[in-house]
This record gives sequence, C-alpha cells and structure tokens, in this order.
Amino acid sequence: MNYYQPEMECASPEQLRKIQEEKLIHLVSRVYENVPYYRQMMDEKGVKPRDIQSLDDIAKLPFLSKNDLKEAYPYGLLARPLSDCVRIQSTSGTTGKRVVAFYTQNDLDVWEECCARAIVAAGGTKDDVVHVCYGYGLFTGGPGLNGGSHKLGSLTLPMSSGNTERQIQFMTDLGSTILCCTPSYAAFLGETIVQQGLQEQIKLKAGIFGAEAWSEEMRRDIEKMLHIKAYDIYGLTEISGPGVSFECSEQTGMHINEDYFFAEIIDPQTEQVLPEGSIGELVFTSLSKEAFPLIRYRTRDICKLTREPCSCGRTLIKMAKPMGRSDDMLIIRGVNVFPSQIETVLLNCGYPANYQIIVDRVNYTDTFDVQVEMTPEMFSDTVKKVSVREKDLVNSLKAMLGISPKVTLVAPRTIARSEGKAVRVIDKRKI
Amino acid sequence: MPIDQISVFVENNTGRLAEITEILGNAQIDLRALSIADTADFGILRLIVDDPQKTADILKEAGCVFSVTPVLAVSIEDTPGSLARRLRLLSDSGFSVEYAYAFITRKQNNAYVIFRVDDNDLAAAVLEQHGVKVAETADLFDL
Repeated sequence: MNYYQPEMECASPEQLRKIQEEKLIHLVSRVYENVPYYRQMMDEKGVKPRDIQSLDDIAKLPFLSKNDLKEAYPYGLLARPLSDCVRIQSTSGTTGKRVVAFYTQNDLDVWEECCARAIVAAGGTKDDVVHVCYGYGLFTGGPGLNGGSHKLGSLTLPMSSGNTERQIQFMTDLGSTILCCTPSYAAFLGETIVQQGLQEQIKLKAGIFGAEAWSEEMRRDIEKMLHIKAYDIYGLTEISGPGVSFECSEQTGMHINEDYFFAEIIDPQTEQVLPEGSIGELVFTSLSKEAFPLIRYRTRDICKLTREPCSCGRTLIKMAKPMGRSDDMLIIRGVNVFPSQIETVLLNCGYPANYQIIVDRVNYTDTFDVQVEMTPEMFSDTVKKVSVREKDLVNSLKAMLGISPKVTLVAPRTIARSEGKAVRVIDKRKI
Repeated sequence: MPIDQISVFVENNTGRLAEITEILGNAQIDLRALSIADTADFGILRLIVDDPQKTADILKEAGCVFSVTPVLAVSIEDTPGSLARRLRLLSDSGFSVEYAYAFITRKQNNAYVIFRVDDNDLAAAVLEQHGVKVAETADLFDL
C-alpha cells in the first residue's frame, strides 16, 4: 500500500482526534481575535474561545452559511492580513453568490498535500505522468491537482480543459498515466479514443474525477473505455478545493483528510448533529486554514459518514458520494447554478419570472434547458426581432451562470404548476 | 393605406396551430391570407382577417401572445413578372421588405401581395404615386 503521509492517513482515531482538538481550540481563539465577523457571531451566541476545550465543544459554535460568505464578501472573513495571502480561487462564475477564497502559502501547501494524497491513493508515484484537464484559473480543479502532482514530483501536464484532439495527442505522445478531469469529460475522452481506435496507444492506468456527480455505472463505463481504475475526489472552494476527501483502492467512499477538515453531519432543519452513519447535511470546519478559515460551514451536500476499517489501511473517516442538496443549487457540467440567478436575468431582460429548468444527461453530458414564457412585450411579427431578444437572453444567462443554457420560448401559462406553485426545476438525471 | 395583420406566437408543439385556428374558427373569424414563419423552437402565424379588433379580443381572451402590425396589401395582376415589378419599385425607392406573402382572389386575373416594410405609410404613398393600388381591409373581403 502506498500513502503520501502515512503518519496522518493511518493515524489512530485517538491520535486524529487529539490533532483535531488542538487545532480547533487554536483556530477558535485565532478567528475570535482577528475576524470581527466571527467575534460578533460568537458573541451573539454567547460563546467565548475559552468555552471550546474539546472537540465536542464545537457544537457550541454557530454555523456558517453561504449567505454569511456573501455578506462578508470579499474580505470580511479574512483571518490574516491580505499581505500574507498569495492566491485567490473562486467558485464557478456565479455572480451574486460568488465565493472568493484566500490562501496563504501554507494554505496552498496543505491543499496541494491533500491532492497529493489523492493521487497516491489512486496509485500515483513520482514516476507518473499526470494529465490535468480540469479547468485552470479561478476554478480550483486545475490548480489543485496540478499542485498535488508537483508535490508528489510527478511529471505534470497542465492541459486545462477543452481541445480534445490535443488532449489525446499529448496522451499518446507523452504517455500520460493518470488523468484528472470531470467524469463527463473522461467519458467523452473515452468515447473519442474508442472511436478513433487509439485504446492501445493510451497508457493511462488511473483517473481522478470530481466536481460533479457520477454513477457507479458511469464509473464502470469509463474504466472499460480507458482501461483504468476511476477514483472519485471531493472538495469545495470554500474549504480549499478538490482533495477535501478522496477515494482509495476500495472505491467505497471518500476518505476525508481529517487532520485538516473536521466533518459533521447535521439535520438541515433542526441543525442538530446526527450520529455517525446518519444521512444529513455535511458540515466542514477547515482546521488548518490560515487566510480563510471556515468554522462549521454548511455545504448543503446531503451525505453520510462512516468510520470502518478500510482495506487500504487508512483510518480516515469516509464520506459517501453526496446524494443531493439541502438547497436548490444544481450542479450542471460542473458549474453551480441557482434557480434564483436565472430569475434575476429573466427579469432584467424583460421576461416574466415564469420559467422552468430542465436538466438531463445525454451521453454522460448534462443538458441544460430553460423554458421561458413568451410575453406580448417580447413578441414581434418578425422572426429577426424575437430571435435577437432570445439570443440576448442566452448571452445574459451565460454571463451570469458561466454556462450556456438552451432557451426555449413557450406560450404563456403553459409552465406546469403544482398546487399553484410553479415547478422550477426538473432534474431528469439518473445518477 | 396599411391594413392590420395579426401575428400570433405559436409554440412548437403538435396541435398548437390547430388549437389557434379552431379558436378563430369558433368565433367565426374569416381568414383571407396567412403565412407561417418557423424557427427551430417556435413559429409566428401571420393572419389577414375580416375583423382584426374582434380577432385581437378573442386571442387575448384565449391567452395567446400576439401583435397587431400594419402591413401593405397590394393588388396586382395575376401575370408573370407583376410581383417583380412591384418589388423593384420598392427596392429602387429604398424600402427593404421584411417578409411578404401572396394570395390570388376569386376575381379573374387578380392577386394580392402582403408586404411588411419599415415605413408603411411612405411605401404606400410611393406605390400609389406609381399607380399601384394599396388595399383597405374591406377591399380584401369583398372579392
């Protein structure tokens, strides 16, 4: 078995708990002193740093939501001077709900270490050629796996996304052995490679695929097409990026890097912490983050935690693949989409806020349709005028969301309503 | 003088066109001419009717999206080349035609062309100057 940091990945639960406890106590006093936003939240709840003496005391601390991040945007949750920060990353193009996360050099090192652990768990060594075709830039996918691969000392191909022909050419010419991208892009690459009859020229042995939901069936298809073992990876920009948790050879859930991230499962309604094995909302505390530490951040991902002996030898707790969301956020082609953003754009463009989002998955790629009800104001007797307005709407939606939907104009009052309330989202994807 | 054309938004659904024409038929609306512009996901049904005001009221009641647009109905001889001469006249006078459709009448040797141009009144004046007859709604239903 290979580990990147066996002393942490295989530490006893008692050791891990002790590490988490020390870090938590330190973290709470640090944010109380340095972050007015946290101090006010804690004061309002009547909890002082001295009340946090053990890991269980975390239950006394307030939760943090995406709304807090919005209110504190951009610098309100910074726990270190800006001059100590060396990087920002941001969530995918979601104006209004955009999250900007700050990193010190140490934060980057920790994040990259987590990604290195994921690469090693997928069988990676310094002799591998790691082909990263997650997007680079503000999105954490590319920089995260790129950094992890560097840490490990592997040869890193910073391909970024798109240009499939070039991806395959580099793969065959340079002998890429580990592929990092979204599962839908992996499936697309696989199909293209099979179509072009290039399977024999591909040297891939493993893939690390995340940023969107995928099924076991999809995993098997990708594994068959690319002759690899496909591993899941989880993360979110708020907490650091990919590598918050990662899959091992057992492929039965993702080990959380507990020395850096403390996970809880809560009932999203009552906010009560649920016992291990319960299904509920995943909550993270980033224990080591210097610049942008989040305490009890509600991810809105619905999932389950289990601590059972794993055949890989890691003792880190495992999380199941997220089973859904406790808010209305959709993840479409790896991009976070909130229905409220679509509503804002429609109103700005002069359309009624009567719409329906239909998401499906065809050939492993998400389809994203927005149906909009036509109005007399937007209508014209010439096709040109209606089409120009429709195109303006598509462009505005793309600018807001970061991905392009297909807009369909429908007759007024045709969007289905149940009990007087419109059904805004129809997600037909079977994942 | 321009006449009123009714343009109706037609969702791209099987049976939608039938529904709209049934609504008009049940209200005893008489259609003289129609054309359909279609795109990948919707259509525009353009109608010349005997009573535009009543048609508008009925469509509104039925919840349809529509617009009332002035267009030119030009009477021409039903002979080869006569449409081309009118189009040449419009084009030489600087008018661009957004769309056009035509129908023949029961009267022998007579046809009508519906033109949509930017400035109907000016175009009508130019046509009349050149001896081209521009019809009123009533003319079209007295054929």
